[in-house]
Amino acid sequence: MLNQELLKINNLSTSFQIDEEYYAAVDDVSLTVRENEVLAIVGESGSGKSATAFSIMGLHNRGKIEGEILLQGQDLAKLSTSEMNKIRGKDMSMIFQDPLTALNPLMEIGVQIGEVLLLHNKNMSKTERRNYAIELLGRVGIPRPERTIDQFPHELSGGMRQRVIIAIAIANQPKLLIADEPTTALDVTIQAQILDLMQELKDDLNSGVILITHDLGVVAEMADRVAVMYAGQIVEESDVESIFVNPQHPYTRSLLSSIPATDYAQDRLHVIQGIVPSLKHLPRTGCRFKERIPWIDDDAHEDHPVLHEVSEDHFVRCTCYQHFYFPDENKEDQANGVTEG
Amino acid sequence: MALLKVDDLKIHFPIHGGILNRKIDEVKAVDGVSFEVREGETYGLVGESGSGKTTTGKAVMGLNNITDGDIYFEDSHLNAKKGKKIDVRNDIQMIFQDPYSSLNPRKRVIDIVAEPIRNYEKLSKDDEKKRVQELLERVGISSDSIMKYPHEFSGGQRQRIGVARAIALNPKLIIADEPVSALDVSVQAQVLNFLQDIQKEMDLTLFFIAHDLGVIKHMCDRIGIMYQGRLVEEGLTEEIFNNPQHIYTKRLVAAIPDVDPRNREKHREFRSQIKEEYQQSFYDYFNEEGLAFNLKQITDTHKVALPERG
Repeated sequence: MLNQELLKINNLSTSFQIDEEYYAAVDDVSLTVRENEVLAIVGESGSGKSATAFSIMGLHNRGKIEGEILLQGQDLAKLSTSEMNKIRGKDMSMIFQDPLTALNPLMEIGVQIGEVLLLHNKNMSKTERRNYAIELLGRVGIPRPERTIDQFPHELSGGMRQRVIIAIAIANQPKLLIADEPTTALDVTIQAQILDLMQELKDDLNSGVILITHDLGVVAEMADRVAVMYAGQIVEESDVESIFVNPQHPYTRSLLSSIPATDYAQDRLHVIQGIVPSLKHLPRTGCRFKERIPWIDDDAHEDHPVLHEVSEDHFVRCTCYQHFYFPDENKEDQANGVTEG
Repeated sequence: MALLKVDDLKIHFPIHGGILNRKIDEVKAVDGVSFEVREGETYGLVGESGSGKTTTGKAVMGLNNITDGDIYFEDSHLNAKKGKKIDVRNDIQMIFQDPYSSLNPRKRVIDIVAEPIRNYEKLSKDDEKKRVQELLERVGISSDSIMKYPHEFSGGQRQRIGVARAIALNPKLIIADEPVSALDVSVQAQVLNFLQDIQKEMDLTLFFIAHDLGVIKHMCDRIGIMYQGRLVEEGLTEEIFNNPQHIYTKRLVAAIPDVDPRNREKHREFRSQIKEEYQQSFYDYFNEEGLAFNLKQITDTHKVALPERG
């Protein structure tokens, strides 16, 4: 049985202004996050995954938003800043990539946790806030919370700082947690600990989690559902097992075969030809991935690619997946030499 | 044959304090590390931040003051105190982590790539230009781009310009310090493939420093695992990944995410098992100060830091 829908995004487009004109960084994205579910949004830099997260949180600057972002039925896209402030940090919160820059270096840990408590629970006393902050720090696995609470961020290690960020994020038991590359800045053993912690907290709070990452290993460990983004669009969406075991879209397949994790040195990694187009030069018609797989026939692509349901609950954009194959080694070598003119 | 030999290397950084700003303590960033990098191989040094892997790499490049120990390149003693300094810097080159900050944004590509050539060889303007164009073509960058600035290139291309600069003097050894950790996975694949090609073509020895075990596994013939300034294990790539002996290595290997979601539960269980073992048997593997023991040979190729028996 499926859990209840928590967040529903309908046809979201987020555009940014470049030289007097708006360009869509997120282009007609629709997503659903359910309670106690981890949705991973995967893609390279420039794919629009972070822009999607920032749109949900209302953190984008001077961007134009179209479409609906329904958090438990309430459309966030229509709210004013002060109305958003009542929701941010309470019903939904965000875990940022770099724990050193996300924390205020001049404030003690306890004060920073107290801030988010004060904002949303006006009737909590100072001692109550402090005690609760200590409890939170203990919950995210900080060994001596009563000491840590009076320390400054620079006195903590990277992993401990990220735990503090997570403590702040879960302080008000949010329904929705957005984690933007939560472990990218961390060492691999710390990464494993943080991922385990996030999993545990999600189960406790019954929250929905949006995990934004470019690391497919993290996705395989954490996600229930996966949306793969390329150039502002979702190109494939399914449950995590289908994405890894039975990937369909050429971009998903290319990404998976470029990970150096599984095999020894004899094998060459797959290289995707060309580069991610910049926002301004994005092809707005036809298949956006077309120019990166030039050996595939033009006829294989749709003129106006849409998401097709290829099997139950597994969506793939454009028809080119039916005709896709990897070029042989020699062609791949040429791909290494691709340069801009 | 060993191209590079590091023998009992120690690098301690002083901590100054008190009213007279005297040395009050020191950080033992590298504390007795020995290893060899053989001709033509790729040797990987792995560890978490603070383990001393970058400090070791920099010491080989001559960018750090060495507290104690010796570094030999071919037969020359790199840190000899007496006698004339042997200049092997054109034989050893470095590729840096971040292609955005390791190229001077105000210099054109031709000046960036030609800089080492200008230091060591006297070439006419025309010859120099020709040489730079050759180098750029070799790394797959159009030779028309010599008058461009770094910002006009993508991350992968910049990293290849960095490589062009590193191979300009036909070095024998290249130290690559986290060369792909700032790059997206598809660009990363491009740079890794390319490093392997260049290595084959130019008969290079690679000394690879990274924290990403996936990358290390893919690239390296032999691996050394560093923890708190000391090596805890060294062996062939297969030995390290299939038969890790030291608890710290086991923990590192267990922490690599499994890319098959079907193994998720099993993998998580395994990881918590290893974590428990790590906590319980910590003092079987580390001394009272929490430092690793000296390396002991367990097979011809495999060394592990274990305590003296008996």
